[in-house]
Amino acid sequence: MSLIDLANPTRFLSLTARVLPWLAGATAILLVIGLYESAMAPDDYQQGATVKIMFVHVPNAWLSMFVWGVMSIAALGTLVWRHPLADVAAKAAAPIGAAFTFLALVTGSLWGRPMWGTYWEWDARLTSVLILFLMYLGLMALWRAVEDPTRAARAAAILTLVGAINLPIIKFSVDWWNTLHQPASVFRMGGPTLDRAFLIPLLVMAVAFSLLFVTLHLAAMRNEILRRRVRSLQMMQASQQPA
Amino acid sequence: MSLGPYASFIVTSYGLVAVVVLLLIVWIAIDFRRQKQRLRELEESGVIRRSGRAAADIR
Repeated sequence: MSLIDLANPTRFLSLTARVLPWLAGATAILLVIGLYESAMAPDDYQQGATVKIMFVHVPNAWLSMFVWGVMSIAALGTLVWRHPLADVAAKAAAPIGAAFTFLALVTGSLWGRPMWGTYWEWDARLTSVLILFLMYLGLMALWRAVEDPTRAARAAAILTLVGAINLPIIKFSVDWWNTLHQPASVFRMGGPTLDRAFLIPLLVMAVAFSLLFVTLHLAAMRNEILRRRVRSLQMMQASQQPA
Repeated sequence: MSLGPYASFIVTSYGLVAVVVLLLIVWIAIDFRRQKQRLRELEESGVIRRSGRAAADIR
């Protein structure tokens, strides 16, 4: 099956029915391994056991940006290539991305209180992630507000691409401004500064959460395709009824 | 395994992540059932896709 075959929603549904159980199983196994590794990780010499919050905070923070990146590619698919599944992919990803961003903000806040002495600080990293969360909510509201899926998809695609400007701002905010948030310690020039005892559980959890996203996203896309079938059948039913 | 003086922050973080992930899974599962049910009801009322294939059948 080539990539272009997936443009056919029926073929896409057939594929998701086959791969979803495997993806869900792999996600569950990796999450269990990641949680075990996180529990067994040693305390940090400065942060003590609170370093364990990193194993859930960082994957959610990465995914909050990654999901918007996926939606931006889907937005290009809607506007440029007019791929039939592009806006389905973008619409299905938004609530999942919003959930990851919410978790990144709250777990970051819960990590910040014991380490920084405050739940919240209006610094560049925290504020730009809060803006990302609000943009997710705005996109979801836009999809609900416009009844025609084609019109909603075009407006949402433009908003998504404009919002993508926020991604490099989030990533480099800790370098461009003086922030309370620490600078990058994994994806940076010169390699990770984290010790292997923390890096391995973190990477396992990051892969597990990424698989979780792929699983939930495919399932949500399947639901969105079915929702559009319901809509088109309801319109056919309405047109068949005598005036 | 001792979580030290900030155990409540650590446990709350993991607990919250578990709750939100479970809510996402349950929401998606319920939505799937709801859409399949609606499609079945529409097909039972005689509305059929132009392709003639069953809309609720995703295999």
